Amino acid sequence: MLVLESACLGSFLSLDLLLFFLFFEVTLVPAYFVIGGWGYERRGPAALKFFLYTFLGSAFLLVGIVSVAFIHDRQTGQLTFNLLALSAHGGFRGGVGILLFLAFTAAFAVKAPVFPFHTWSPEAYSQSPTGGVMVIAGVMAKLGSYGIIRFDFDLFPQATVRLAPLLLTLAVASILYGAVVACRQRDLKRMVAYSSLSHLGFIVLGFFALTQQGLDGAVLEMTNHGLYTAALFLLIGMVYVRRKTFRTGELNGLQRSMPILAGVFTVAMLAAIGLPGLNGFVGEFLILIGTFATHRWWAVAATTGVVFAAIYLLWAYQRAFHGQPSEENAKAKDLSWREGAVLAPLLILIVAIGIYPRPLLDRITPSVVAIVHHVEASTSYVAPSVTTTGRVAALGGKG
Amino acid sequence: MTPLLSLLVAQVPALRLPQVDYFALLPEIVMAGMAFVTLGARSLTRRGLPPAVWTLVTMATGLASGTLAVLLGRRVETHGAFAAVDGALAVDGFSVLFLVLVSAAVVLFALAAHPWIEREGEDGAELLSLGMLSASGAMFMAAANDLLVIFLGLEILSIALYVLAALNRRRAASGEAAIKYFVLGAFSSAIFLYGIALTYGATGSTNLARIGTYLAANVSTHGGLLLAGLALLLVGLGFKVAAVPFHTWTPDVYQGSPSPVTGFMAAVAKAGGFAALVRILFAAMPTLRLDWQPVLYALAVLSLVVGAILAVVQRDVKRMLAYSSISHAGFILVGVVAASAAGAASVGYYLLTYTFLIMGSFAVVTVVGGPADAHQDLEDYRGLARRQPLLALGFAILLVAQAGVPFTTGFLAKFYVLTAVIAQGGYVLAVIAMLAAVAVAFFYLRLVLVMYGWAGAGAGAGAGAVGPVGDADAAGAGEVVLPAGTTSLAGVGAGGGGEPDLAVLGGGGGLALATATSTGVEQAISGEGLVAAPEGLAAGDGDPVPFPDATKVVLALCVAFTVVFGIWPAPVVDFARHATLLFGLR
Repeated sequence: MLVLESACLGSFLSLDLLLFFLFFEVTLVPAYFVIGGWGYERRGPAALKFFLYTFLGSAFLLVGIVSVAFIHDRQTGQLTFNLLALSAHGGFRGGVGILLFLAFTAAFAVKAPVFPFHTWSPEAYSQSPTGGVMVIAGVMAKLGSYGIIRFDFDLFPQATVRLAPLLLTLAVASILYGAVVACRQRDLKRMVAYSSLSHLGFIVLGFFALTQQGLDGAVLEMTNHGLYTAALFLLIGMVYVRRKTFRTGELNGLQRSMPILAGVFTVAMLAAIGLPGLNGFVGEFLILIGTFATHRWWAVAATTGVVFAAIYLLWAYQRAFHGQPSEENAKAKDLSWREGAVLAPLLILIVAIGIYPRPLLDRITPSVVAIVHHVEASTSYVAPSVTTTGRVAALGGKG
Repeated sequence: MTPLLSLLVAQVPALRLPQVDYFALLPEIVMAGMAFVTLGARSLTRRGLPPAVWTLVTMATGLASGTLAVLLGRRVETHGAFAAVDGALAVDGFSVLFLVLVSAAVVLFALAAHPWIEREGEDGAELLSLGMLSASGAMFMAAANDLLVIFLGLEILSIALYVLAALNRRRAASGEAAIKYFVLGAFSSAIFLYGIALTYGATGSTNLARIGTYLAANVSTHGGLLLAGLALLLVGLGFKVAAVPFHTWTPDVYQGSPSPVTGFMAAVAKAGGFAALVRILFAAMPTLRLDWQPVLYALAVLSLVVGAILAVVQRDVKRMLAYSSISHAGFILVGVVAASAAGAASVGYYLLTYTFLIMGSFAVVTVVGGPADAHQDLEDYRGLARRQPLLALGFAILLVAQAGVPFTTGFLAKFYVLTAVIAQGGYVLAVIAMLAAVAVAFFYLRLVLVMYGWAGAGAGAGAGAVGPVGDADAAGAGEVVLPAGTTSLAGVGAGGGGEPDLAVLGGGGGLALATATSTGVEQAISGEGLVAAPEGLAAGDGDPVPFPDATKVVLALCVAFTVVFGIWPAPVVDFARHATLLFGLR
């Protein structure tokens, strides 16, 4: 677990492409063993599938990275894997840029995951142990979205602009597909896994909207998603400890026997739905504003994803927590103080970011502005100055 | 009579004897000499000595020749490369690299073979002296600067290996492997020899340096003869390194040979073959690059793809390693296609790391195989982590390294090959190589899953999928397990037992039950369970696996090399890079 953590940190800190790749890859091994060693009954195939999918993506990434370095070498006579040096060079133009962009994005899209590269994730999420899934979904998956904003935007601004509609479409597809499939799940953990796919779609949507608001929201959503998904997985894991099942069919009336757990679940769930006042709302709202400014119809389609989120989460909640508890469900114990202590920081952050996102946004905005400028500087693309800026700032203040 | 004889002698020009620089030949001399000393000592001692003696002698020989090679390397560093024995042998960084590699392989071979020798009640002297002999052949191939010397090295290497393959007298498969290897090997040697003849006809020399200068100075108007010679040389060496389409012997021979011999064969025959290939192509025929590059491109792609695909569907671990070695050969060929100094360095580095990976892997296979190397099925590795945690851990590291995970030498080897080929603009080839690497990774990881006992329960739950209606991903999971599930009785057995309740319960009880059932079924049907395995006694565990000290040492060495130089690559990489600076290529 600590190895996984340090590898993730390593990737986020690397400015050197090669170093990034090393850490990016090496996250796989501990994650593979965490899923395989401590997961649930179908952990073997899930771990294998997880490893192979991500490995496949990384194969393209590695070729992409080495190619970038050598093309740069040929053009400037300097062989380097340093991101700053590479992006200062002004980006890779034309068809080469697009191909390289696709190679990089393939890896990140698998990791993120984005539809249709997501098929590993429900398996891996639902089969890994609670702690494992919190790190894999909450932190490791962010490597994918981080990679997009850090490397794709910096290295291939033109390809980013050119291919934005494609990525936006994929993002919307993930949002809707994740939401619809989540509606059909009868297994709490799989449902959260699919809802996670849907939310990561939002993040990618925010990126490729290529507006300041969209990027702001997307980066914020990365944080938010890590918080509430981790909370949801943790709660579901706690339910499992008591009832040995994830299936909504066998859970009912849990509200009676464990009111505190149900209450915490409600908060995390509402954050995931995007209720104003909780952190999910801020991110999604900014993303939708940003997208609406440049790509209206994509934003409209994505908004329906929010509605679906309400449907599946509330449905699931209704099935599992409402109603008359059966014999076993009535006997289940409520949260212990130890479990409460684990959940408390997550819960506090969910509420705090929902009410007062300013501190985070203040940190995110300068880097986002820099990225937008970088993209603008190397292409003819001009990000629209959204008139809602004032309102968004106000939102940042008031929630 | 006498005057006539003196007349004849007068007419024959005085035989010009080459100056022999014995110091330059010492590593080879030590290796070959000790092989004969060992054989002689064995035949002179009436009752034979304990096997440990021969193992120690072989290890000492490997260490000695390795040390001598390093000393030779020092001399090359200070005085530059030189040719010995009238230009027949080249002493440069490249040959030193391979001398060290082969010496290391001999040490590892002695250690890996020791448990096998004791288990099979063999004498040891025979196996090990043949091993040293074949190693000296590989050394000659690597150092050769003359096509004929390459051929001699090839024959010394191969003939010893034919015998080694047959050494497992208790298995018919061993004899079969030897016959197959011998017939096809002799055939390919003949082709190689014919290639030498044609090349000699076209260029007037068998010396690589002279061929190189001849080709640089003259433009052949009728290239047919030379190209035919080149093609035949490629076929001969392609056979040795097991490149597709000259690979058909590999799985059968790897499967049939005694396990330690297989590892040795994979490491040393490949090293010798590639050393000769690189030297012929890079030192003698760089001018023909446009002719041989496309051919090698095709060979590389075929080896990568065919090796990867066939490795995935194997059930037998040795066959799987055979196909994966074909895929590795494809990867190394990618480095050759790059046709640059970086490419040659990546070839050397890849082979060096591969030697440790494959020798370590086969040391484990030797131990798990049990008497007469009978247990080679994937099922025999089930639950190895519980029976021998350290053995399984070491094997898992080696497998993951072969898959090319960062911070192991396996990743760096792949990385340098890719760097070399991309620097020459081979983007497509790089992508194909990486995709093949991912496909092969599937098998390594499945083996790890099986060893850690995760796959059995998975197959059961996958077969008895209780996933929600309309969930596409449950079917997806089924597909991934398919190779395991469909071909193995275990999958069916566990699947039959995997009723919804059981699958949902999962956890320890369900897992243990499913594995116990599968192992029971497997052993009952195949009748391989030598120790009567009462069901339920050792849940999911097969026969106890010994973990002899020699295997511990070899595994520790291989894992240490893989991990330490994976994290701190500079020394080995520099070694490989310096080794190839002397070629005339950029």
